[in-house]
Amino acid sequence: MSQTVTVTVDGEEITTEAGRTVAAALMLAAQRPAWRRTRFDHDRRGLFCGIGVCFDCLVTVNGEPALRACLIPAEEGMVIETSERGARGE
Amino acid sequence: MSERRCDVVVVGAGPAGLAAAVQASRAGAQVLLIDQSIRPGGQFWRHAAEEHDADPGRWHHGWSTYTALASELQAAVDAGDVEYLCGHHVVTAQQISPAQQIGSAQLQLTIQPVPELAAGARGLMTVRAPAVVLCPGAYDRQLPVPGWTLPGVMAAGGIQAFIKTQGVAPGRRAVLAGTGPFLLSAAASVLQAGGEVAAVCEAANLTGWVPRGAAAALVPSKGAEGAEYIRLLAKHRVPYLRRTAVTAIHGEHRAEAVTLSRLDSNGAVIEGKQRYLDDVDLVGLGWGFVPQSELVVQCGARTRVDVDGSLIGVVDVHQRSSVEGLYLAGEITGVAGATAAVVEGRIAGRAAAREAGYTTGGARQLAAAQRDKVLRVNHRAFAQAMHRAHPLPEGWESWMQQDTVVCRCEEVPYQRLKEAAQTLSAQEPRGLKGTTRTGMGWCQGRMCGTAASCVARRSGAEGAEESAVAVAKRPLAAPVRLADLAERDPSA
Repeated sequence: MSQTVTVTVDGEEITTEAGRTVAAALMLAAQRPAWRRTRFDHDRRGLFCGIGVCFDCLVTVNGEPALRACLIPAEEGMVIETSERGARGE
Repeated sequence: MSERRCDVVVVGAGPAGLAAAVQASRAGAQVLLIDQSIRPGGQFWRHAAEEHDADPGRWHHGWSTYTALASELQAAVDAGDVEYLCGHHVVTAQQISPAQQIGSAQLQLTIQPVPELAAGARGLMTVRAPAVVLCPGAYDRQLPVPGWTLPGVMAAGGIQAFIKTQGVAPGRRAVLAGTGPFLLSAAASVLQAGGEVAAVCEAANLTGWVPRGAAAALVPSKGAEGAEYIRLLAKHRVPYLRRTAVTAIHGEHRAEAVTLSRLDSNGAVIEGKQRYLDDVDLVGLGWGFVPQSELVVQCGARTRVDVDGSLIGVVDVHQRSSVEGLYLAGEITGVAGATAAVVEGRIAGRAAAREAGYTTGGARQLAAAQRDKVLRVNHRAFAQAMHRAHPLPEGWESWMQQDTVVCRCEEVPYQRLKEAAQTLSAQEPRGLKGTTRTGMGWCQGRMCGTAASCVARRSGAEGAEESAVAVAKRPLAAPVRLADLAERDPSA
């Protein structure tokens, strides 16, 4: 469990425990309860169903958009982009 | 598009699917087991990789059943009797028309690698087989509540899945709310992971529901499991509040507090009986489970509405659906939990192998089949009693606000849905879809389907089943990129 993985989240390097999903890395290591903004109300969304059914947790990984963060294992060097880029810490 | 054939295809590697694959393989059938996760186990036995969690069993019930099934699966895979295709989902399922039949194959599935687990390769594949066992499992049933789109609000099952795979809770202090014994299981997981549980809110009254009652006596393990949760909750002084619901979730940028309301005998909010609970950063919601029925509907198999309101596939004593060669096992035949699913999986696996021409004889096998028949009946009886004790609250709309989002994907507020239902005579979910886009987003109505069909039915005349089928009608069971569809061979 001591192994770690470093990923980039919206341009910022984050180190997380190995075995984390991207969603868990965002929540636990990046301290972000939400990372997606909705189309109409620009509402904040994060993990909801947690099992790949609701599509609320979508992120862009290595340039590929609309992937479910709850299903992706975080891997070394992964580039994660969220639709909340630049909207943190409000 | 590549194509493959085998004797029996099993869809889903949860409790039912694992049991079905192992059983069909024992009978001698060549099995293809398709599952969307990286590791077998389904939602119930979802776990981390061995190198990240040396003792995954600590989060689970019936873990020894899982390890026995998983090791038998592995042996069958090593022997070349089972092909285990993990990280793939089924996009479509259909009967092969007699004119197009080649050999004994009766059913055809289109499958694809799950995009999140496969960088690059996404080609669709066709699988044909004489027998298919669908074990698609279920996900948490949801009812909307003001504030449920705030970060920190999750499906109760999602919280447990997070803990089972990550080893920590996705929040510090949780409230679990909804109905059903699963809330206790989710609360227990939070406590076990070192989190706090401020309250478990059960909407039902539970009068007349004693875990040691007549139905529970048929399934002693369930009674014991329930008692274990109650003990754990008592030890941590977690209040188990009956006839209570979370009727609003508050917070600026994330969940921070909840309003708890007492419910009347119809499940409607009693005004003046509210309580504010703050210092909460995790809210888990669950109103039972919704079986994943779209593949069953796609195949044209007969369905019905179960006592809990779920759309389920109709099966005979051999788990056979109304469609030739199509078998169903687990939650899709009625939500009854993992132990029941394993039993049904075994029955379906045997029957599917038989359909493909592999008969199992011998006194021991016959005795095992006979035992499973009895177990199946007992589990069903228990599940029915459980569902009756935990109905969806008839009066849930009493906690809705005009602007409460019902459809999370398309951000459709309650008011717009009501107006559409009343004035546009969109008196069924499909009509509501067309006028309000409810259920048309990414999740295809999986989160809002229950609420939408309640609202539509209340103002319309449509029956429960028609309404449930309308929600479950999804031409594709998973989103497919246009590029992948374009790659598809039109003759297949």
